[in-house]
Amino acid sequence: MDDVVAADPKPANIRGAVGTSRIHDSAAKHVAGEAVYIDDIPLPQNCLHMIAGMSERAHAKILKLDVSQVRTAPGVALVLIAEDLPGVNDISPTGTKDEPVLATGKVHFHGQPLFAVAADTIDLARAAAKKAVVEYEDLEPLVTVDAALAAGETVLPTEVLTCGDPAGKLESAPHRRQGKVRLGGQEHFYLEGHISLALPQEDGDVLVHCSTQHPSEVQHNVAHVLGRPNNAVTVEVRRMGGGFGGKETQGAQWAALAAVTAVKTGRPAKFCLDRDDDMIMTGKRHDFIADYDVGYDDDGRIVGLDVMLAARCGFSADLSGAIADRAMFHIDNGYFLGDLKVTSHRNRTNTVSNCAFRGFGGPQGMVVIERIIDDIARTLQKDALDVRKINLYGDEGRNVTPYQMTVEDNELPEMIAMLEQSSDYVARQKEIADYNANSRILKRGIAMTPVKFGISFTTTFLNQAGALIHLYTDGSVYLNHGGTEMGQGLFLKVAQVVAQEFSIDIDNIKISATNTSKVPNTSATAASSGSDMNGMAAQAAARTLKDRLTGFACAHYGVTANEVVFAANKVQVGDKTFTFAEIVNQAYLNRVQLSATGFYKTPKIHYDRETFSGRPFLYFAYGVAVSEVKIDTLTGETRTTRVDILHDVGSSLNPAIDEGQVEGGFIQGMGWLTSEELVYADDGRLLTHAPSTYKIPACADRPEEFNLKLWPKGRNREETIHRSKAVGEPPLMLAISVHHAIAEAVGSVGAPGHIVALDAPATPECVLDAVDRAKSSVAKKTVRGAQ
Amino acid sequence: MRSSVNFLLGDEPRELTDIDPTMTVLRYLREVEGRVGSKEGCAEGDCGACTVVLAEVQGDALTYRAVNACIQFVPTLEGKQLLTVEDLKASDGALHPVQQSMVDNHGSQCGFCTPGFVMSLHALYQQGGAQDRLEIDNALAGNLCRCTGYGPIVAAARAMTDYDAPAEGDMPVAEVIAHLKGLQEGDGVSLEWRGRKYFAPRSLEALAAIYKHHTEANILAGGTDIGLWVTKQHRRLQTVIYIGDVAELDTLEVVDGVLQIGAGVTYERALETICEHFPEFGEVMRRIGSTQIRNAGTIGGNVANGSPIGDSPPVLIALGARLVLRCGPDVREMALEDFFVDYGKQDRQPGEFVERIDVPLAAPDVMFRSYKISKRFDQDITAALGAFAVTLDDSGNVASARICFGGMAATPKRATATEAALLGQPWTEETMQAAAEHMATDYAPLTDMRASADYRMKVSKNLLTKFWLETTDETLESRLVGVAVNG
Ligand SMILES: Cc1cc2nc3c(=O)[nH]c(=O)nc-3n(C[C@H](O)[C@H](O)[C@H](O)COP(=O)(O)OP(=O)(O)OC[C@H]3O[C@@H](n4cnc5c(N)ncnc54)[C@H](O)[C@@H]3O)c2cc1C
Ligand code: FES
Repeated sequence: MDDVVAADPKPANIRGAVGTSRIHDSAAKHVAGEAVYIDDIPLPQNCLHMIAGMSERAHAKILKLDVSQVRTAPGVALVLIAEDLPGVNDISPTGTKDEPVLATGKVHFHGQPLFAVAADTIDLARAAAKKAVVEYEDLEPLVTVDAALAAGETVLPTEVLTCGDPAGKLESAPHRRQGKVRLGGQEHFYLEGHISLALPQEDGDVLVHCSTQHPSEVQHNVAHVLGRPNNAVTVEVRRMGGGFGGKETQGAQWAALAAVTAVKTGRPAKFCLDRDDDMIMTGKRHDFIADYDVGYDDDGRIVGLDVMLAARCGFSADLSGAIADRAMFHIDNGYFLGDLKVTSHRNRTNTVSNCAFRGFGGPQGMVVIERIIDDIARTLQKDALDVRKINLYGDEGRNVTPYQMTVEDNELPEMIAMLEQSSDYVARQKEIADYNANSRILKRGIAMTPVKFGISFTTTFLNQAGALIHLYTDGSVYLNHGGTEMGQGLFLKVAQVVAQEFSIDIDNIKISATNTSKVPNTSATAASSGSDMNGMAAQAAARTLKDRLTGFACAHYGVTANEVVFAANKVQVGDKTFTFAEIVNQAYLNRVQLSATGFYKTPKIHYDRETFSGRPFLYFAYGVAVSEVKIDTLTGETRTTRVDILHDVGSSLNPAIDEGQVEGGFIQGMGWLTSEELVYADDGRLLTHAPSTYKIPACADRPEEFNLKLWPKGRNREETIHRSKAVGEPPLMLAISVHHAIAEAVGSVGAPGHIVALDAPATPECVLDAVDRAKSSVAKKTVRGAQ
Repeated sequence: MRSSVNFLLGDEPRELTDIDPTMTVLRYLREVEGRVGSKEGCAEGDCGACTVVLAEVQGDALTYRAVNACIQFVPTLEGKQLLTVEDLKASDGALHPVQQSMVDNHGSQCGFCTPGFVMSLHALYQQGGAQDRLEIDNALAGNLCRCTGYGPIVAAARAMTDYDAPAEGDMPVAEVIAHLKGLQEGDGVSLEWRGRKYFAPRSLEALAAIYKHHTEANILAGGTDIGLWVTKQHRRLQTVIYIGDVAELDTLEVVDGVLQIGAGVTYERALETICEHFPEFGEVMRRIGSTQIRNAGTIGGNVANGSPIGDSPPVLIALGARLVLRCGPDVREMALEDFFVDYGKQDRQPGEFVERIDVPLAAPDVMFRSYKISKRFDQDITAALGAFAVTLDDSGNVASARICFGGMAATPKRATATEAALLGQPWTEETMQAAAEHMATDYAPLTDMRASADYRMKVSKNLLTKFWLETTDETLESRLVGVAVNG
């Protein structure tokens, strides 16, 4: 089996072969408005519509929750408070038992659901919800990470990774510098908000259509809340209108409330969060504060590092443990750090519980190290790219990560060299310096940053996947697997793998909705692992079937296995040729089982949580980006004008889909680091809960010149599906180059050696502050010079 | 007046009598018509997932404009053709060029925003398409996509006109025009639904009379503010008077050196004229909302709404605009700045409405600039907006100065102390810097989610600097977006 896996995708004379830029399977439906999202499913007349009654305090004891007026309001069929839930009032994904479906005793964030109303229409539900009487006894809310850090409040214990003797190395380092960086959170802003539609079934069972990246977890949570076994609940998801990590854990609450309502009332129940409710009640990317103490030599080589990372986890753990871990694992980005200590606090705040978001903590770790490098370059007055290069992983002695994994395929030096050339980096840098010298208001900046991102769930047991394939007697194929489709093209890629395996046109393969009754106990479609794992599982199922067909053909026609060849919609059996359908039908008539499951578990990975060491990742994905920006030094406004990207997706399963992921991820990362700002009021209310106040990139923000290339030498050295690499998350972090280009532009108005210390998001306000600091560094230097 | 709403949904005539007058078009489509292709992504006109196209008769042709179905009320469809994503495919199932181009260029990923993009592109296609990036950005500024990063969509926009034109639909354009023209006869619409009322008069006189009688009514122009009262604040409006069908309010002409803008004129309709006479105002207007918002929203509504962060009032005040108000047959006029009394309070009597805004064409020697500051360039609400109009006398001293800011006070407000500090002074950097210090007398801005008070103050001073630099150095490159108008 291994050598077959090892082969690069071979060109097959079929539609939709692996490695071809096949168009998204739903594209024609998307553009015609025919792709069905959950809110589009036709409803029976008696469907109930649900809304949550939300806390109006960020932290308080609930003295009284009186919903009697709500229960009797017009059109109301059911009101749920915590006591009405038949099973367990908890949906914490990792067993921390700190995340109630409905609050009891205390509320922990502004907007936390206290009760749920189901009524004949959404308007009636909303009107009814206003009739609740709630009395609170206010407690002091922890709204900022600083406050939580000062109070020592955490959702999970602090973790420390130590490697070598950082303190000693810091002492003896030729140069040493301390600094602080603050980076903001990020709202997913999937265009389709959270939604669940629960349909009551026989025996008190329930079928839930849920917009989730993790149907199995939703199934299990719904079952717990219902107090029923998992087999009483089926969860289905055909597609999501975007996920980005925001639908990894956050869908369970609405699914559970809708399911309980459906079971209790015998009526279908829909819980569709409008935009404001979604932004208020569901988690976001963790914002971080980092303090660092770095020692380095005259060339800028890091010799010792001590970093403290503090994350806003919100009121409960959710996936914050693994997210903060991944931030620690990515504090190196592509650099060999040697002796270091990373302390990671998982701070509890009275804000919504933060959750997975594309990159899953990795981006935060990487922003910190890139900022450290930037500081070093500035203090030494060296070019930042030179300092980056000198710190990259290298050969023996400089190829082991802080968590003791050897970097075997360090592609960055070569990729950086290639992009430096193709982007004309050096010449442009010079030209920009000239421009800045002559431009009074506008300044430009250019920066190159690398990405090295570890692929696999760091929770080892999650690295498993299943698939199910049926062959029907007409040769049509039904494909199902545990991965979910959120626009990333996973269904298509897996179908390409199966088409390739049977050597049939992809049109013969029916892509089907993810459904917990077809493939059970699946992992979330997350950690960029969707096609790696589900592709492998589907391939395994296809191979089982192919082996059965081959076995049948051998026995039936008296040939040997290597005389049975599947090629281009045909099956060659000795000197006979059949269509694929003919062989399948013959096999059926000869009582061959034409349904198979496939399973995959990621090999090689192991990892000791106690010592923070092992091989948490099967491999790394790499990328490099050069961004150029222009800023207005009077207003702080910025604009990204050109981007050059070289990104490694291994041997691509579908280059067009992969390029879409790279470009989309980049722009999303750019938004995180520039215009997307979450603002909380002092009392813990989220003030930015709609697109009118929360600004994701718009069309005009996409740089006019965008040169994107997939790494031509890309080929996974690990035995992944057709030697491809995961692509979902890594490109997001290419956008760190935008942030640094802004810092470069800001730095151009500062004195040599001035530390720009640009935080994120670099909103006009943040940039203008940095510009003013830079300008005053010149003033200070002048004053000092005069003395 | 007719007591039903008549329009075409695609090719099919609709006549609605039993309809909530403030039901949104999106809800109507999804819940009444079962057309679920148009999506709700925000219900506040910001994301564009609900974009639909309205076709209207203008002369002997149809004009097409994209609007946000989520904040438009159903009765305003009267006399129009409503096109949704379901209307684009040919009867043989062939995709429309816009759709095919989106498919071929990988313009969709999750697909949820896609119908909205398709409809915005469809409107652009009907206008002949565009290759220029700025034009495409303008057409798509009101559509958010979180997956693609927009590149493939821009490519689709550029390529869509390369495909063969689609076959004419079941109802030929001529027939649509004839049908819509038929609907325009009569004197408007008057609905009553469960005690709530809706009027859509067609003449100024009728409007004035109805409003005088129903002083409790809300005047509805483009609905880009009012729509949100319903979808976001869940307010129930008792009486609504729609002014979009009043022909006399749709005037846009220069009379005796004054540009008269009727209260019913949408931004999009005004844009070309504004750009011609006031290019700086044009650039601000290009950045008000999005194409969908500008296709519906009016300058009159922007003024009447009285928000301190409305974009046109500060610019209009700096330009010396005057407001014409009408109550029944009575007309009065005032300087625009006098209209804004306090936060949420304007000088408008019961039954009185905005009829027109008069903007004197600037003399050639006026130095005029306006700057909008927001977190994002396109479709964002202003943090601070500064408009500056200064003239110099023969010796180069400041002869007149009108400076007005939005986002800096409870109303759009002139910087009178700053203006005074400039008057009579030579137009130098020292003068400008000294004057900038008076901004702190003129304004005490707030901190909110858009910006801090500090930033607002700092940037306002800096905008004065920018204004001075731009007016004294013709070669200066000073703008990141749009059209810099220098010299
Ligand atoms: C997504 C989005 C983006 C936006 N972006 C911007 C922006 O960038 N800049 C900006 O300034 N605004 C923006 N707005 C706000 C809005 O578009 C403008 O204020 C617009 O000009 C309002 O005009 P309208 O015709 O839609 O008014 P309506 O919503 O119809 O009315 C607004 C108010 O004015 C009153 N009114 C309207 N016409 C008259 C009249 N003739 N006489 C008396 N009263 C009248 C109404 O009763 C109501 O109180 C945005 C809105 C949205 C939804
Ligand atoms: S739903 Fe977002 S603009 Fe209408």
